[in-house]
Amino acid sequence: MSIKENGFLTIGELEGAGQYPSKERLAKGPMAVVECIQEIPCNPCEEACKFKAIEVGQPITNLPKIHEDKCMGCGVCVAQCPGLAIFIVDKSYSKDYGTVAFPYEYYPLPETDEEAEAVDRRGQVLCSGKVVKVQNPKSFDRTPVITLEVPIEYAERIRGMKRKGVSL
Amino acid sequence: MSIRVEKHIVLGDAPPCNLVEITVDGKKVRAQEGEKILAALIAQGIIVNRYTVKRKEPRGLFCGIGQCTDCAMVVDGKPNVRTCMTPVKEGMVIETQYGLGARQNDKV
Amino acid sequence: MTKYEWEVVVIGGGPSGLAAAIEAAKADCEVLLIDANEKAGGQLFKQIHKFFGSSAHRAGIRGIDIGEELLAEAQKHGVEIWLNSVAIGLFKEKVIAVETGKDNESKIVKTVRAEKIILAAGASENAVRFRGWTLPGVMGAGAAQTMINVNRVLPGKNILMIGSGNVGLIVSYQLMQAGANVEALVEAAPSIGGYAVHAAKIVRAGVPIYTRHTVTEARGNGRVEEADICQVDRCWQPVLSTKQTLAVDTIAIAAGLKPLSELVIMHDCQMMFHPVLGGWVPLHDENMETTCHGIYVVGDITGVEEANTALEEGKLAGISAAKALGKLRVLEADKIKGEIWERLDGLRLGPHGIARMNAKNDQITEFKKVHSGR
Repeated sequence: MSIKENGFLTIGELEGAGQYPSKERLAKGPMAVVECIQEIPCNPCEEACKFKAIEVGQPITNLPKIHEDKCMGCGVCVAQCPGLAIFIVDKSYSKDYGTVAFPYEYYPLPETDEEAEAVDRRGQVLCSGKVVKVQNPKSFDRTPVITLEVPIEYAERIRGMKRKGVSL
Repeated sequence: MSIRVEKHIVLGDAPPCNLVEITVDGKKVRAQEGEKILAALIAQGIIVNRYTVKRKEPRGLFCGIGQCTDCAMVVDGKPNVRTCMTPVKEGMVIETQYGLGARQNDKV
Repeated sequence: MTKYEWEVVVIGGGPSGLAAAIEAAKADCEVLLIDANEKAGGQLFKQIHKFFGSSAHRAGIRGIDIGEELLAEAQKHGVEIWLNSVAIGLFKEKVIAVETGKDNESKIVKTVRAEKIILAAGASENAVRFRGWTLPGVMGAGAAQTMINVNRVLPGKNILMIGSGNVGLIVSYQLMQAGANVEALVEAAPSIGGYAVHAAKIVRAGVPIYTRHTVTEARGNGRVEEADICQVDRCWQPVLSTKQTLAVDTIAIAAGLKPLSELVIMHDCQMMFHPVLGGWVPLHDENMETTCHGIYVVGDITGVEEANTALEEGKLAGISAAKALGKLRVLEADKIKGEIWERLDGLRLGPHGIARMNAKNDQITEFKKVHSGR
């Protein structure tokens, strides 16, 4: 498993662990992708979802199960996950573009309409993305969530953006 | 970004503070009131706190919580003061510790 | 006037000590808590990340906020706290020598007598030795974390992290949050030790993780300026032909913690050596009581785990001590203890917890073997 040696997951590993949404559901609209595949005692995601789309149950080491039909892609769970492991992918955004929302706890936050360097799970820049939303309400407890618009073929791979102003 | 973490997504902006003046090896330097001596020195780019007795090698921050004594310096004439545990005060005089005490002319 | 006789004295004000003090005080015990620092809270005030665990029990909340909650609760329930105070001796008649004062002041030693003592001294970081390890710029990962999150200063700008347990992974993340660059993380074992989600967030931030690698040398004039890393073979020996030199000014070592057992050993409480728990740990029963009657142990001193287990162990000892002092009804105390044990067992489930679960069971089994008839 590449996650244990290299620190990044592949979609294949996620699918193998039953933690990846179906193609049909992803095409329909925004959907939570919970990239959590280790049995660790943890369940804030279950409590976070007001649509009861995330189920952990007992024992709390169970992997979270996402009910595709109940998930609205609202993104509240993204900020609540202590592992910062939840992403909202929208492949219905437009014909050529999709969006990815991810947790981003770095200063400074980007501004809306800014161009960002979109990175995949390995931290490699795949393309440029436009910042369409920056959310940092009090209820997120200082885990801002950024939504990036990216070419649709990258929507399932983009999981973040390169940090701004890193040079010291 | 500077050495001081002024802005931080989780910690927020650095809170307002009073500045105090301390002397470090004869040089007057500004520090934030109440901060640990070690932090004030790091903010000035000073990372060496003392030199060892036998080999005269530099030592600095190692454990950061008062367990290892690598950060010990001479403060207001008193040696072996752990700078990671001790806060600054206006007018404090801090000197690099050489072995067991302050520098004695050129007996380094 | 200073009080010198206490029903419960807690040594160490981290999450386990504070939790113990709060439970004992809630049961109307007279509680004194002593802590070596200017502010109690132990490691909590460095933990700026959201904790895992059960949402019913403070999961999803940042360590720093749990710290403030605990301090407020301790104050609310009348726990007396002596800061800048170190327990320098623990004697047979449940007498504690406490030294108070900062290094640049005159220190005063007081002796305090207690009916029940709860030791919550925590753990300290291990070192990895390599040529040049004494250069300024080489530090514990926890030290780097203290500098950035508590003191708000960067100890360096280009970091090499040693160790891929949760501390190495999380502190790498926090160093980036503070504005530093983490050049690489090396892990001597073939796979990453900490949680996959922690590794994932630093990898997507651009930090390469090199498993089967170690640091072999640090060089610099007065401080670290560069470091060599190389692969290790199956016998953990460096393969020098694979050497790479990295331009770093800081090497943070995250090679595990060991319990600070001095006071327990001083009092002749029976110990055992357990690698999973971090080294020498005191034997204890389900009440967190050691083989020395009236002395309890909680938190990392009993075995290095996490803040959430420390909190639960602290509660257990606080309630047990209160019950032993006759301040809590037996049935009520036992019911709460049962609930705490359920939570502790829950926190030790799963592949990352099972080794600790077994280790803690070994510890209690050893206690029973050694200390029959209680």
